[in-house]
Amino acid sequence: MKAFTYQRAASPAQAAAAASRTPGARFIAGGTNLLDLMKLEIETPSHLVDVNGLGFDRIEATPDGGLRIGALVRNTDLAADARVRRDYGVLSRALLAGASGQLRNKATTAGNLLQRTRCAYFYDTNQPCNKRVPGSGCSAIGGINRQHAVIGASSACIATHPSDMAVAMRLLDARIETVRASGAARVIPIADFYRLPGDTPHLDTVLEAGELITGVTLPPPLGGVHVYRKVRDRASYAFALVSVAAVIQPDGRGRVALGGVAHQPWRVEAAERHLPHGAAAVAGALLSGARPTEQNAFKITLVERTLAAVLLDARDDGSEHRSKPA
Amino acid sequence: MNYFKDIKASRRAVLKAGAVSAGAAVVPSLGLAQAAARPADAPVLASVSFTVNGKMQRLDVDTRTTLLDVLREQLHLTGTKKGCDHGQCGACTILLDGRRINACLTLAVMHEGAQITTIEGLGTPDKLHPMQAAFVKHDGYQCGYCTPGQICSAVAVLDEIKRGVPSHVSASLTEQPLLSVDEIRERMSGNICRCGAYSNIVEAVAEAGGQP
Repeated sequence: MKAFTYQRAASPAQAAAAASRTPGARFIAGGTNLLDLMKLEIETPSHLVDVNGLGFDRIEATPDGGLRIGALVRNTDLAADARVRRDYGVLSRALLAGASGQLRNKATTAGNLLQRTRCAYFYDTNQPCNKRVPGSGCSAIGGINRQHAVIGASSACIATHPSDMAVAMRLLDARIETVRASGAARVIPIADFYRLPGDTPHLDTVLEAGELITGVTLPPPLGGVHVYRKVRDRASYAFALVSVAAVIQPDGRGRVALGGVAHQPWRVEAAERHLPHGAAAVAGALLSGARPTEQNAFKITLVERTLAAVLLDARDDGSEHRSKPA
Repeated sequence: MNYFKDIKASRRAVLKAGAVSAGAAVVPSLGLAQAAARPADAPVLASVSFTVNGKMQRLDVDTRTTLLDVLREQLHLTGTKKGCDHGQCGACTILLDGRRINACLTLAVMHEGAQITTIEGLGTPDKLHPMQAAFVKHDGYQCGYCTPGQICSAVAVLDEIKRGVPSHVSASLTEQPLLSVDEIRERMSGNICRCGAYSNIVEAVAEAGGQP
């Protein structure tokens, strides 16, 4: 690990200002992803701004009946919050499907949104990777790419976003609150938060240098049946091959978002009108224009089948927010 | 000429010099100009105080030092093990303010004022923690390397179930989770045992949790 200076931030504005003024500075909260990457020298910050003392660790009701989740709320605490379990079951389920108990106790809401891809070539500093070293090439295209994106990818990068939580938040139309280095606050709808790789795969999100996430707001509850179904190579503690988050209403309408298929949580609102007509129609519209590789073409079929299972779960299980281990 | 003595002497001088600048670097009012003037690869030292197994510790650490390395290398509490050092195996599991974490994926300097419990703080050879006794009774290990992490994790698992924290396999998000085999297996999935003592580990955790 490269040496770095360290400071504990006293206020959000001070944190954002310090990070933008110091070249190579990064925020640290849970550290479960950043320190892993620093040990491998994929991330080499010269300065760390510890934001754990900023007090963004509460979950509060908003005046419109939604919920505001502080950026520092740990994944365990968010999943276990009584209001989230009751009204946003898909979010609890998505969180509980990710990582391990130890990691969820440390990992934060903002950090989960910002975690980097687990593409093996991004992690292997001996291999070219446009996300890690812009312009160096993509080893996954033509390499081992069973885990990789089937839609929204580019000739520069076919990495997927690894988060389960972010898929549920995309489904729920979460809004991400930040403070910029100037001290100005802004709100970014999660639909606009992530970037597709294009020719700049080193940029995962629209955040500016030094911009700090302070919280995430959820709109009022949607009702309906909440399901998060994750398909992976092990029964537990593995990243998704494919995941489906859904909220299905009694009349069969609803929302659906996918994980494990793209550089960002994948939701196509126009596809959702097909929900009363079954999984094939929805999956077809969701993955229209998909360009899988030979190794990950199975994900196209897997999405349709997982979605079919989710719709069955929702129909059979209308009284309970429930997801079943895949 | 005593080569090692010279190395020691010069290393001490470097550490001392480092400590002076690091004292300034770690306080919240860090002078950023100072940080910028630092040679890019020079170690940065910082002070941190926390309680380990009931005993207050005041330490000077390189900012890069993980909590795991402080426990093992500075405090010589070598019960906590380093397996993968990347949060994948769970061998370094400790209790931080009562909650289980991977000690390898957090920096010591981030834990000012924290309460840390390691395997050494759970029980002693003469007075085993009930979870330790259950692992012995059920032969919940083979080589033993993952065992301290398994035991710390398992103690926290029982507490999480007691507090009603749901898991991926909980049938209901709103009802009290059960202490079932499925729940134990899911909740312990962050602790890898390459000897494969899993079935005995599950039995030990179930018994310590009050299941016959």
